[in-house]
Amino acid sequence: MKYLHLLWANLRRKKIRTSLTLLSIFVAFALFGVLSAIKAAFGVGVDITGIDRLLTIHKVSIIQPLPISYLNRIKATEGVSDAAFAVWFGGIYQEPKNFFAQMAVEPEDWLRLYSEFVLPEDQKQKWFSTRTGAVVGRVTAERFGWEVGDRIPIQGTAWRPQDGSSWEFDLVGIYEGAEKSTDETQFLFHYDYLDQAMGGNLGIVGWYVLRIDDPQGSVEVAERIDQQFANSSNETKTSTEKAFVQSFANQTGNIQQIVTGIVSIVFFTLLLVAGNTMAQSVRERTGELAVLKTVGFTDRQVMAMVLGESLLVAILGGGAGLLMVWWLTQTTDLGGTMFPTLFMPVSALISGFGFAILLGFVTGAVPAWQALRLNIVNALRKV
Amino acid sequence: MIGNLISWLTQVLTVTWFNLSNIRARLGWSASTIIGIAGVVMVCVGILSIASGFRSTLASTGDAESIIVMRSGSGTEMMSGLGMDSTKIIGDAPGVGRGEAGALASSELFVIVDVPKKSSGTDANVPLRGVSPAAYEVRGDFEILEGRTFEPGRKEIIVGEAAAGEFAGLDVGAQLRWGENDWTVVGIFSTGGTAEDTEIWCDAKVLQPAYRRGNSFQSVHVRLASGDQFDTFKDALTTDPRLNVKVISKADYWADQASATAGFIQVFGMVIGGLMGFGAIFGALNTMYTAVSTRTKEIATLRALGFGSGPVVISVLVEAVLLALVGGIVGCALAYLFFNDFRAATLNFQTFSQIAFAFAVTPPLLIGGIVYSLVMGFVGGFFPAIRAAYLPVATALRQH
Repeated sequence: MKYLHLLWANLRRKKIRTSLTLLSIFVAFALFGVLSAIKAAFGVGVDITGIDRLLTIHKVSIIQPLPISYLNRIKATEGVSDAAFAVWFGGIYQEPKNFFAQMAVEPEDWLRLYSEFVLPEDQKQKWFSTRTGAVVGRVTAERFGWEVGDRIPIQGTAWRPQDGSSWEFDLVGIYEGAEKSTDETQFLFHYDYLDQAMGGNLGIVGWYVLRIDDPQGSVEVAERIDQQFANSSNETKTSTEKAFVQSFANQTGNIQQIVTGIVSIVFFTLLLVAGNTMAQSVRERTGELAVLKTVGFTDRQVMAMVLGESLLVAILGGGAGLLMVWWLTQTTDLGGTMFPTLFMPVSALISGFGFAILLGFVTGAVPAWQALRLNIVNALRKV
Repeated sequence: MIGNLISWLTQVLTVTWFNLSNIRARLGWSASTIIGIAGVVMVCVGILSIASGFRSTLASTGDAESIIVMRSGSGTEMMSGLGMDSTKIIGDAPGVGRGEAGALASSELFVIVDVPKKSSGTDANVPLRGVSPAAYEVRGDFEILEGRTFEPGRKEIIVGEAAAGEFAGLDVGAQLRWGENDWTVVGIFSTGGTAEDTEIWCDAKVLQPAYRRGNSFQSVHVRLASGDQFDTFKDALTTDPRLNVKVISKADYWADQASATAGFIQVFGMVIGGLMGFGAIFGALNTMYTAVSTRTKEIATLRALGFGSGPVVISVLVEAVLLALVGGIVGCALAYLFFNDFRAATLNFQTFSQIAFAFAVTPPLLIGGIVYSLVMGFVGGFFPAIRAAYLPVATALRQH
């Protein structure tokens, strides 16, 4: 530590070079931060979905409906403590590109299952009692400038009211996520409203969500449910919510892996460039190192100073980049509507710092070793 | 005047040549610029090639005569629904082409089935399309690559070429069970590299009861007698009081489908590429500042000898731009090598079903990559060049 001012003086001597090196490391690590946030968003839900929630869908595909009569049979299944259902509405608000999830649910059931959707008590009661009432997540509300009390027209696509009228919903509440990672984009309304508009005899739902008593027993409960409906005309497939979200994320396919793959290449390319710069700048000072040794610094001290300098640069530049992205994703809606739940996981922050330290060591290693082995006479002769 | 110009040009060439000839002395620095810029260009071109490949696969689905008719207000076939009577009226409309078996209009159903992906082993949503006998002629390029087509009325399926490559268990002869129905794969087909190559096809009449669709369909695919009859056909359908439909050319339909996913990848590629560009520019700046500072004495000597500052500025810029150009070319070559024709499948968010496509590194992307590298080189050389021009000659010469 007592040589810190010496390190600092060295860095300040070539201010432009030092700041450029710091900036390029800063950019590389900011990029690393953004990517790990995006990567987390791709698999969003995977880490944060309720571990005690299961999803039951039609065995053929999620687009096939299930009979509403399954609800009581699922609730009665051993190991299941609660259940709810949802219907995918898939309507269009003004333009097809304004996409957000809309689902018809039984409000009370749904909020019991998804306790992370936080709604003020008065809005909650209002929703329960208003048949045309709907609630929406904070992100979507902000996206379209909606406020509680607004009337929201949505064009039905798969669902069209029998009397030929159009869908209108009364916005009675805006929910917020209990955690940073909660999906705040969904639009939820009464299943009864959908049912009545469709003639009051719908009888089908999209999928079931259920809570189980013991997360350890999820496999057995899932089997028990699917067995009940085996060989019926509507066979089911039950999996944990986590597995479901994961399989959906897998569907976007190797694109995500390719993108993260090539970008990691670039992260390392930028590190290579920055590292090369740092190594070169030490190499240029061979003469000075020899002088330091001449005036009594030991081999090890000189080596430690060279290594310390590259570590200092790597940690300063990299740390600033990582912290900036972390701060931005924590305090702003950086991901917009594309990645409504963009946040940088703490694990990425830690591994990012790990990379920064590694960068410092790797770039400092060769020059430091050269400094250690530096022969004063030879080095001074070159000056 | 001319004499001045010639002498100025001579100065530029001399100094530039002088700089470039001793570039070997700064190999480490120059290499890091080249590597940095090559990496940025490769990634930029690579990511954008995903978007362009996706777009071109979807855009190639359908020529001027190919039309889709759906219920009005439907964004995709999946959301649409048409009764049997409507599909009859559509088939009889003016402008519809005639083939051997009558009107070139195929009433179709579009559903999704779960099939595991080869790459991950996890289930993916694959489109299952029920088609009518006219379907083959409606698509211009339909051909059976292996096996035969399904026999009407039987639970047989044919699998698109891209689907057979991307998903497991879809070889000819394989048995599949969806719901209560067992299906047999009897053939592999191609529609000429379009989005429909990711689909599985069967007889619509067999699919209707299997999915409890009664007598209804979701869309009618039509081949017009000629492309200029689009308006006639469209007007006849949209003004018919018995119908409530949307008439769209197949090319436009698929272009719509492509826009969300391709746009997303494009924005992503540009944001990442732009960010990385900054990193590369900082690297190039460092290289060129070093180039200038190690040559302080030479530059000062040249200035003392009467060389102007213009030639010095240009020589530094030329060096930076040349290094960047090398990086850009290397980056483009790597991108082409690694990404062109790379096959992948992803989820089309409009229909929640899979689409297979190949990455396309197109000439405009390569040109864009080179231009981007030149811009990075120019910015990276500009400030160091200015510094070189303003070097105080006397102090610079005094340095040892």
